[in-house]
Amino acid sequence: MNALGIDIGILAPEFILAIGAMALMMLGVFMGDRSQRLLSYLAIALFLVAGGTALMGEGRSVAFGGGFIADGFARFAKVLVLGGAAFVLIMGQSYVDRQKMNRFEFPILVTFSVLGMMLMASAGDFLTLYLSMELQSLALYVLAAFDRDNLRSTEAGLKYFVLGALSSGMMLYGISLIYGFAGTVTFEKVAMVVQSGGVSLGLLFGLVFLISGLAFKVSAVPFHMWTPDVYEGAPTPITAFFSASPKIAAMALFVRVMVSSFPDALDQWRQIIIFIAILSMALGAVAAIGQNNIKRLMAYSSIANMGFILVGLAAGTAQGVEGVLIYLAIYLVTNIGVFACILGMRRGGHMVENISDLAGLAQARPGYAFVFSMLMFSLAGIPPLAGFFAKFYVFLAAIRGGLYPLAVIGVLTSVVGAYYYLRIVKIIYFDEPAPEFERDIGPSLSAIIAAAGVFTVFFLVGAAPLVSAAEAAAASLFP
Amino acid sequence: MGLGGWPILSIITFLPAVGALLILLTPADGHRARTIAFIVTLIDFLLTLLLWAKFDIGTADFQFVETFAWLGSGITYKMGVDGISVLFVVLTGLLMPICIVASEAIHTRLREYMIAFLMLEALMIGVFCALDLVVFYAFFEGGLIPMFLIIGVWGGPRRVYATFKFFLYTLFGSVLMLLAIMAIYWQTGTTDIAALLDGAHRIPTAMQPWLWFAFLASFAVKLPMWPVHTWLPDAHVEAPTAGSVVLAAILLKMGGYGFLRFSLPMFPVASEQFAPLIFALSLIAIVYTSLVALAQEDMKKLIAYSSVAHMGLVSLGTFTFSHEGIDGAIFQMLSHGIVSGALFLCVGVIYDRMHTRLISAYGGLVNRMPIYATCFMVFTLANVGLPGTSGFVGEFLTLLAAFRTNTWLAIVGTTGVILSAAYALWLYRRVIYGVLDKQSLKAIADLSPREIAFMAPLVVITIALGVYPKPIFDVTRASVAHLVELHHQGVAAAEADAKLAEGGRP
Repeated sequence: MNALGIDIGILAPEFILAIGAMALMMLGVFMGDRSQRLLSYLAIALFLVAGGTALMGEGRSVAFGGGFIADGFARFAKVLVLGGAAFVLIMGQSYVDRQKMNRFEFPILVTFSVLGMMLMASAGDFLTLYLSMELQSLALYVLAAFDRDNLRSTEAGLKYFVLGALSSGMMLYGISLIYGFAGTVTFEKVAMVVQSGGVSLGLLFGLVFLISGLAFKVSAVPFHMWTPDVYEGAPTPITAFFSASPKIAAMALFVRVMVSSFPDALDQWRQIIIFIAILSMALGAVAAIGQNNIKRLMAYSSIANMGFILVGLAAGTAQGVEGVLIYLAIYLVTNIGVFACILGMRRGGHMVENISDLAGLAQARPGYAFVFSMLMFSLAGIPPLAGFFAKFYVFLAAIRGGLYPLAVIGVLTSVVGAYYYLRIVKIIYFDEPAPEFERDIGPSLSAIIAAAGVFTVFFLVGAAPLVSAAEAAAASLFP
Repeated sequence: MGLGGWPILSIITFLPAVGALLILLTPADGHRARTIAFIVTLIDFLLTLLLWAKFDIGTADFQFVETFAWLGSGITYKMGVDGISVLFVVLTGLLMPICIVASEAIHTRLREYMIAFLMLEALMIGVFCALDLVVFYAFFEGGLIPMFLIIGVWGGPRRVYATFKFFLYTLFGSVLMLLAIMAIYWQTGTTDIAALLDGAHRIPTAMQPWLWFAFLASFAVKLPMWPVHTWLPDAHVEAPTAGSVVLAAILLKMGGYGFLRFSLPMFPVASEQFAPLIFALSLIAIVYTSLVALAQEDMKKLIAYSSVAHMGLVSLGTFTFSHEGIDGAIFQMLSHGIVSGALFLCVGVIYDRMHTRLISAYGGLVNRMPIYATCFMVFTLANVGLPGTSGFVGEFLTLLAAFRTNTWLAIVGTTGVILSAAYALWLYRRVIYGVLDKQSLKAIADLSPREIAFMAPLVVITIALGVYPKPIFDVTRASVAHLVELHHQGVAAAEADAKLAEGGRP
């Protein structure tokens, strides 16, 4: 205990990151852009230390009067967030070097946004929720526009900022309504108010606005409009980052808010979640069919994936949360793998992003093509690949919760969605070869692609530890 | 566990996958890949024969059972075979080395081709060995990936359309089955197939129709049944020869196997209730697709439609719920596996020489290819169901069972036999007999020793099973009797429950 009245140990990972990020910033300021590579490696080391510290925590501890919760659920999400960020920094290295984007702010901004995400995963009241989300978002807005001489990148940054600010406003409005009607900002106390007094109309309004804001962050339909443009415009490693860590943090926050502050309003918020889940899955499946840009396609793919994850949340049970966590873990690795493959698409010194550029890849680069296609089959949810188990657990929870129509619609949209993943496999394997990509993609990128391939194909062998970890993490949300 | 402490089923299942890995690790040399694939599939076949030899025909229990912890919470990796599934494992083992030998015409991307076939074999054998619903589903669906690539990479001109149609049709049916599997899991707390069959985990009567239809969605597409059979002619026509063989001989059987393994014993009431629907669809399939087959100009398409008609007999026999019907259905599936596979090989032989499958491009082949004509004749007659060939036994038993269920079933079903004689013999006449007046055929060569090597065993088996089918029935007898008993017990128990509920009412 100390002057703040809290145990610093609970916040150790966040402190490490915060202090480390500031130190990195000083280092960057004094050393200039040439320090970018060093800073990236230091940031990765920082993530490893923070992750290790987070993993050392046990049980459930609370700080700041319930504003910060370190429990199994938060730890699970934090490890994923840190892992995603570390991989993105590794695979972004050669890209930022070649694209002349090697400015020292890159790893620092990533570190600050990761700090925000760590806090999001641990948020225990609406103030922490809002502040951590803003910390994360502000860093991300800048990252989206990081390639500042590129029109598309700056457009992506601006679009993300304007729409993000709008959604933050909506969420803040919702939070103020909840505070006004519940008289508290702590999740647990809101839950008590709902339990004793039911859901008043004001609370319901607040809930709807809150969900809208969160749906924006996870890019669920109808708040998805920014996703394709930002994914396409942002530099590819940053798109990879957008698709991984922030989604995980936002989804973890989403789950925690719903489950721990409105457990007795399940019937009310479930309807909304079901609605946006169905819309996301359907739009993600249908709209991706017409895409020619692989990054845009991955944007729709992530919208669809968020829909599937929301199916787990809609169940509102520990099984559902377990499904969400398993899905997030598998989604993270698959997405990192896909973006590593996309980063390998380079021809004549330039990045290429069209799906047709992949034509006949299997003949020139069988290994690369194999991993790419397996990742696509995995995203389509075909067993025995990893993606199947992700979908398996969320639908298992939905069936348990009796959400049969949702489950049926969900699996049918996954069949529709399979079409566009198959189309990529078709282009890779069946089409006549296009001019070859540059062979030298760097050892780190090759290693990440290979690791993602191994994970996807052999996940079934080692599924049990992840499943039991997710089960334990989910249980910590349901005391 | 397993056989003498060895997990023999896992070995049989994953040996081809190991072979695929081996090919991956050897330097890029297509010829060596072919050799490795052949040796691996041959060893696997010998292992399946060992399995058959060690199989205890006196019991209906699952044998060679192996269990390993897998996902936890009641979902385990469990393998085992009984009299219904063991022969499909042997059939798969038999056909794969033949497919490898018959793929001589493939020259492009040979390594990938062999890897795809070995992976496909692993997944297909897994389907028949799996004793856990989730494991079963993983194998069942996983087979789509190599097949998608086989049709798409090495197929004919419309391969992309055909392979997408194949993949999406099958996936569509299967995802509904997946939801049903989940519902079963929450209802009974287990996905262990053996436990679900033991009578202690009965599925409530009210749930059965939903689950039954969800499983039907998958198996009807796979079998295939009319009207969801339309992927089959496309896939067959576009697939390379060995791909067609595997599709017709093994993949289709998964549908019939699914009915026997799941629909009948797990959802007895629903099966009983909707049997007329199956009968109607089967009869339509038998008559309609036979007529369609008559009108085909492409040999592969004709055989594909004839497959649909023959599978109609399988579903007909299965849903009579009688010992003869089910025995007949299993025999019909095994026989069709060999005969239709062989017919596709026959088409492949002349396709490799002439690069056309149009019936009108041939005629009078008997003059130049007497050995080929003999082989083709044996398979054609087996396809028709001539006594003395394997085709007869299955058809006779299923029709016998159908006759006992309802005379009309048998009458309409039997027209299928007549129609099959019409299209098969007409095909034979147009291709083999007649005058050899086409210039391009003047120099066509008879079967090479390699082709004789893969045709001869199939000819022998076709005739041997027709004359002496006892070894097959010995294996299936106990399990089929148990299955029929389980089914009737399930129906009786549900009726008793219903009576009890009725009696309890004031």
